[in-house]
Amino acid sequence: MSATTASRYAAEYETIAPALPGQSLPWLQQLRANGFEKFSGHGFPGLREEEWRYTNVSALEKKLFSPATQLAASDIDSNWLRSYQLPDAWSVVLVDGYFSATLSSLEGLPETVSVLSMADALTKRVDKLENYISSAANNDEHSFVAFNTAWFTDGLFVHIPAKQVLEKPIQVLHLCSRNDVLATTRTVIIADESSEAKVIETFAGLDSAYLSAAVTEVFVGENAELTLYKIQCESEKAYHFGGTYVKQSRNARFIHHNFAFGGLLARSDIHTDLDQASECELNGLYLGVKRQHIDNHTRINHLKPYAISRELYKGVLDDRARGVFQGRVTVAEDAQKTDSQMNNRNLLLSADAEADTKPQLEIYADDVKCGHGVTVGQLDEKSVFYLQSRCIDEETARNMLTFAFANEMVDKIKVKDLHDLVLAQVLARFPQQGIEKEWL
Amino acid sequence: MLSIKDLTVNINDKQILKGINLEIKAGEIHAIMGPNGSGKSTLSHILSGKAGYEVTGGSVTYQGKDLLEMPPEIRAREGVFLAFQYPVEIPGVSNIYLLKAALNSIRKYHGQSEVDAMDFLTLVKGKVRLLEMDEKFLYRAVNEGFSGGEKKRNEILQMAILEPKLCILDETDSGLDIDALKIVAEGVNSLRSTDRSFVMVTHYQRLLDYIKPDKVHVLAHGQIVKSGSADLALELEEKGYGWLEDDKVAAQTLGTK
Repeated sequence: MSATTASRYAAEYETIAPALPGQSLPWLQQLRANGFEKFSGHGFPGLREEEWRYTNVSALEKKLFSPATQLAASDIDSNWLRSYQLPDAWSVVLVDGYFSATLSSLEGLPETVSVLSMADALTKRVDKLENYISSAANNDEHSFVAFNTAWFTDGLFVHIPAKQVLEKPIQVLHLCSRNDVLATTRTVIIADESSEAKVIETFAGLDSAYLSAAVTEVFVGENAELTLYKIQCESEKAYHFGGTYVKQSRNARFIHHNFAFGGLLARSDIHTDLDQASECELNGLYLGVKRQHIDNHTRINHLKPYAISRELYKGVLDDRARGVFQGRVTVAEDAQKTDSQMNNRNLLLSADAEADTKPQLEIYADDVKCGHGVTVGQLDEKSVFYLQSRCIDEETARNMLTFAFANEMVDKIKVKDLHDLVLAQVLARFPQQGIEKEWL
Repeated sequence: MLSIKDLTVNINDKQILKGINLEIKAGEIHAIMGPNGSGKSTLSHILSGKAGYEVTGGSVTYQGKDLLEMPPEIRAREGVFLAFQYPVEIPGVSNIYLLKAALNSIRKYHGQSEVDAMDFLTLVKGKVRLLEMDEKFLYRAVNEGFSGGEKKRNEILQMAILEPKLCILDETDSGLDIDALKIVAEGVNSLRSTDRSFVMVTHYQRLLDYIKPDKVHVLAHGQIVKSGSADLALELEEKGYGWLEDDKVAAQTLGTK
């Protein structure tokens, strides 16, 4: 696929557009038209674009994924759902790109807090949405964002009013239930000043080939704290393109945990703009096996003075898997006293696995503290031998060491049920006998 | 317990051990002394199964079995324990998890059930007290951020819990101050028994002040050039190694005495 070829998706748009939510809103129509125009002129990103040089998405044009026309909530097995759903959380379930009221449960949510499907919000919270949607994720960013703006069928709207502290997390499950489906969702999360909340985005699908394209826009108000977890466990045949675009006000804190475990081809973009004295923490763990391609692309923009950013991404790649990390930190001329640390650590478990890592610092201010570090390596053979000399067989020893490498990221999860759920997934990949969780 | 016959070992085609013969009976403590580069550490690595060495001749028989045929973890489960000269730091794996995994590996190997959680904690805490360690160490990552002395104590703690048959102490005294040395030595002495043997590889005699060996062997240029009683260690302390390794002829003469 090249940029000049018309996308097969663009040709389909006419038949899809009338059914999309919010078509009666002129401003949204305009936004969608702009997205469509950007996408159809360009198609999906190509390898010639610097930001996409390691990730070839041409497979998307070989297969035409189509939006679901009706809700398939009844197809969702409740046991399967429970394996991802947290017991103690406000839970919203989207199936094949549509909100499912029957599977969602918002009981006990404080009345001042809004958690609505995007379709619903486009009738009930229009005033709010108009000011926010597309102001963090711009159609010009890249053609996936433009695509998302034009195509989104539903999504989620979350508004946490000022000073509200949410005791329980809000979990959004993005599920795909069938082959060839295209699930395009748009989520807007607004945390007003001095509020505090945790939101968990879980992406999963039944064993099938589908395309999940999600854009989340996050607005963290002054002195507010938002923790966003992304648990990406798509099916091993799936394509996942997810973008998280964040705007932080003064003194705002944003903490992101990005667990990328699934998908045949999975790409995540996490961008955040930091205002004065705000802080962000970006954590990531990607585990690739077989022929998985997992790309994580982060951008931290220090726009004003005194902001702090901390980033650590770790990857474990086995078989023929490929991991890509591109992390960029930009410090604007005005952003004096910036304090920024970016690290990417990769563990290669097989000779055919590959890690491409590209940290970038762009600094235009002169009084800043910025650092970055990158490693790509294998398990330390001295450690393997040490464990063997303590009766542990070689395979278990390697699993123990790999798990320990990954567990540093799991340990950062502060929601206990979620921690245990992710831990179980990581342990399943690196089996060890007689492990007791409280010792980890 | 252990019988080494005419053992020759190469590293990268260079001969490091040039025909080692050693007989260790159950309950005995043997000290292997020698200057740097004499092959002491190679010998302890060979016994524990570290990769990177090529055995070009000879044999090592442990409790009637060919030791060199066994992978490192099987040797460990059979009761061979190496206390490392430089214990490895393993971030993310807690001491207590490693201890339990190790103990259960041994039990499983011998067809026993897994250790009961309460019994295990009682056992471990008792040994922690014996070595005058803080219980907090158990929940810290293996050797991570430990001082030299703490690492060595941790090795002895593992040894005390796994109850091996053949304990190889590789330069255990190096990096220990006198107090830590005493504690480590007490730990080792408490493990002495008629069915457990020790090989202490050391450069200096000072560990032998606290752990009295039955036999002392001097290794030089890849060969055992002199064997004797504990008094030999004192003689070495006084005279150094020079008189034993000065020239190869002298070394061979002494070796055949």
